[in-house]
Amino acid sequence: MITAGIDMGSRSIKVVLLEELKVDGAPQLKYGVKKAHIMMPGDLDQDVAADKAYDEALAAAGLKRDDVKVVFATGAGRKQVGFATEGITEMTAGAKGAVFMYPQARTVVDVGAEEGRGMKTDGEGRAIDFAGNEKCAAGAGSFAEAMSRALQMTLKEFGEASLKSDKSIPMNAQCTVFAESEVVSLIHSSTPKNDIAKAVLDAVASRVCAMVRRVGIEGEVVLIGGMVHNAGFVQSLKVAMGVDAISLPDMPEYISALGCALIAADRQH
Amino acid sequence: MIANYGYKDGSGEYYISIDTDKCIGCTAARACLTACPKQMFEIITDDYDDEVAWIKKPNCRTLAYDCADCKPSGGYTSLPCITACTPGAIKHSW
Repeated sequence: MITAGIDMGSRSIKVVLLEELKVDGAPQLKYGVKKAHIMMPGDLDQDVAADKAYDEALAAAGLKRDDVKVVFATGAGRKQVGFATEGITEMTAGAKGAVFMYPQARTVVDVGAEEGRGMKTDGEGRAIDFAGNEKCAAGAGSFAEAMSRALQMTLKEFGEASLKSDKSIPMNAQCTVFAESEVVSLIHSSTPKNDIAKAVLDAVASRVCAMVRRVGIEGEVVLIGGMVHNAGFVQSLKVAMGVDAISLPDMPEYISALGCALIAADRQH
Repeated sequence: MIANYGYKDGSGEYYISIDTDKCIGCTAARACLTACPKQMFEIITDDYDDEVAWIKKPNCRTLAYDCADCKPSGGYTSLPCITACTPGAIKHSW
């Protein structure tokens, strides 16, 4: 049986096709992820982009639409996926995917482009507590991206620059708009770019950490979402949360889509 | 599940928490729906197929203002939503 999970994020669309493997005598079901991780820029109309991403994922996996039993969608634009059988929240999908990858995970932190959120999960990947920030972008990837643009750096350079600084410059502004003005002030006062980058990522980490602390930090911590690729942010988050290690999946932006496909498969039993 | 709806901004943390385990099989006849003067609560079917209350999306971004009238400064001694929810599923963080 093949199921599909589509994560309609604000900046990109992720598709995972999951095949349930039949292993005789195995204590539990095993799954294989088909070679179909497609990431589309979100600059098309969402429904058009969803269709395109899904078709490309199917083509990459050598499948047809009829081969897929059910399609579940998650993410901010999940309602735009007209061909999805069901839509599920980012919390439920993220927790499921993270625990599938890391069975000991009990705290899941999801930081994507639009929003950051913290989830507490049980051993089956069921979200038991969650908190997000419905209003503010300051705890999300778009904020880091906007600040890296202000420093005329790529996101990768921005993260690496942050790791070269050992200064802690507090950013007082909570709002992205005012924070950018603070960054401009720091540039004008000749503050090294490395220190500014660390100040920004420390600020994002602090906002995200506040959400995670609402649900409590327990067991193994897993970070999912595109911000995993930002090494500076990961370091800042470790310090803010006061943990020695954070588990980082190889393809962090696909974990919610994976969780979605797993839930779709579960519901068929 | 404890579902926290709301946000944190420069002025504070504004979250309404709903304990869905207490909300499922409500013994207060969904009194939160009518108790809230802004009618912010809504019953949805969650991802686990349970019927639970949540806060309507637009209100999640404006809780500090939407709930202000029901706080002590608005003349209330207890919040109508919390009083109405006899199973004790609703909490405010501020």
